[in-house]
Amino acid sequence: MTTLYFTEDHEWIAVDGDVGTVGITDHAQAQLGDVVFVEVPEAGRDLNRGDEAAVVESVKAASEVYAPVSGTVTEGNAALAETPAMVNTDPLGEGWFFRLTLADPSELDGLMDQAAYDAHVAGLD
Amino acid sequence: MADADMDPTPETPLTTPLDALHRALGARMVPFAGYAMPVQYPAGVLAEHTHTRARASLFDVSHMGQVRLSGSDPAGALERLVCGAMVGLNPGRQRYTLLTNDDGGILDDLMVANTGDGLFLVVNAARKAADIAHLRAGLPDVAITVLEDRALLALQGPAAAAALARGAPAVSAMRFMDARAVSLLDIPCFVTRSGYTGEDGFEISVPAAEAERLARWLLDQPEVAPAGLGARDSLRLEAGLCLYGSDINTTTTPVEADLAWTIGKARREGGGFPGAEVILAQLRDGASRRRVGLRPEGRAPARAHTEIRDAGGAVVGEVTSGGFGPTVGGPVAMGYVPTALAAPDTPLTLTVRGKALPARVAALPFTPPRQHRG
Repeated sequence: MTTLYFTEDHEWIAVDGDVGTVGITDHAQAQLGDVVFVEVPEAGRDLNRGDEAAVVESVKAASEVYAPVSGTVTEGNAALAETPAMVNTDPLGEGWFFRLTLADPSELDGLMDQAAYDAHVAGLD
Repeated sequence: MADADMDPTPETPLTTPLDALHRALGARMVPFAGYAMPVQYPAGVLAEHTHTRARASLFDVSHMGQVRLSGSDPAGALERLVCGAMVGLNPGRQRYTLLTNDDGGILDDLMVANTGDGLFLVVNAARKAADIAHLRAGLPDVAITVLEDRALLALQGPAAAAALARGAPAVSAMRFMDARAVSLLDIPCFVTRSGYTGEDGFEISVPAAEAERLARWLLDQPEVAPAGLGARDSLRLEAGLCLYGSDINTTTTPVEADLAWTIGKARREGGGFPGAEVILAQLRDGASRRRVGLRPEGRAPARAHTEIRDAGGAVVGEVTSGGFGPTVGGPVAMGYVPTALAAPDTPLTLTVRGKALPARVAALPFTPPRQHRG
């Protein structure tokens, strides 16, 4: 069973057991505009919560993607190197950035659920 | 996720006469040079860029300064402040030139058109106030009128002429850098066949009160779609054109900036402009560095302020503009390198997020120029 969590910085993490898949939200991709380059972390990299884990660049600007929780990267989404626009077309699906093994699942308690995130985004307008 | 280059929010941004239209079209508005400007419309920067190269796009550039110079000899007077030849500029023609300082640095880049009864200048938004003060101080013999009540629209792309000619057939006969008074929808406009995208196109100075009516008519033409500052930036970068404050500023000379072509023969021989000593010496002896195009290998864009290193790893310069070129289909950049490293294909590296990204010097422009030279 997969549970979806969100950060205030517009990352999502889908957690199943101690495996998390990380990406950026639909709101984030819409704000960025056309994504032209993505750099994802390599397998084996240890991340602390809040570390700069990946880079996403639109035509206009570069942005960092932070690790929502601590863990060890098991896989970066290699397909994004060739098709970065998947971040725009399917941000919560094929546009995922990386997977990691959670170091401390209790860190998830500090993240938002869908309803809380939706309210967070609504409050930004 | 966090944005790396957000503009700081100013107090209350100024608005252009097309502000309501931008919002009605769903533009994302951002602060730029003190104005609220559309960075993109719902189509997005990539689509707007591509549409400009394929068809025609309408840009609001009303934030730029429009200034009229008149008097007994405005061209002769203006030559005291710019390095270009203004005296030889015929009525109905426009020229790109540079305001320079005593060190040979660039105070602004601007367009100057001869209207027959004076000169019409278009200056950068961010430099507008400084330029006007500089003109007033340096040209006491010239009447200087800031045209606050006019908007400026840029219609750019290979279909721009066909679209605009439906409203004013006379524009078909204009060549690149022609400038003339044109009636559009019975609105008295001043039109130049120019722009800053590398494409054929026009800039249209229009009374502010009529700007939205004209803009809506242009957008009703089947070729035309709106485009924002995001596309304007990627288009001018691919066209190898300088952005003031990034690629040129008071620390760069026209020779270093590879803009020596703007210095006419008479000015090379006669001098008589600020910084002429420095600039003419560089023309004669060469400058130590030059603005060049850069093509990073791979897909990662190298943004402004990225370090440029030579093959041995020594820092030799900095990227001044960089990003993704939608028409090129990959990253493109410009920056300054020592003249010895300025030849096309010279291998360099760009330090992007701590990693050495291989790149090569590339000839400018990155995309073929398509202005209508007639």
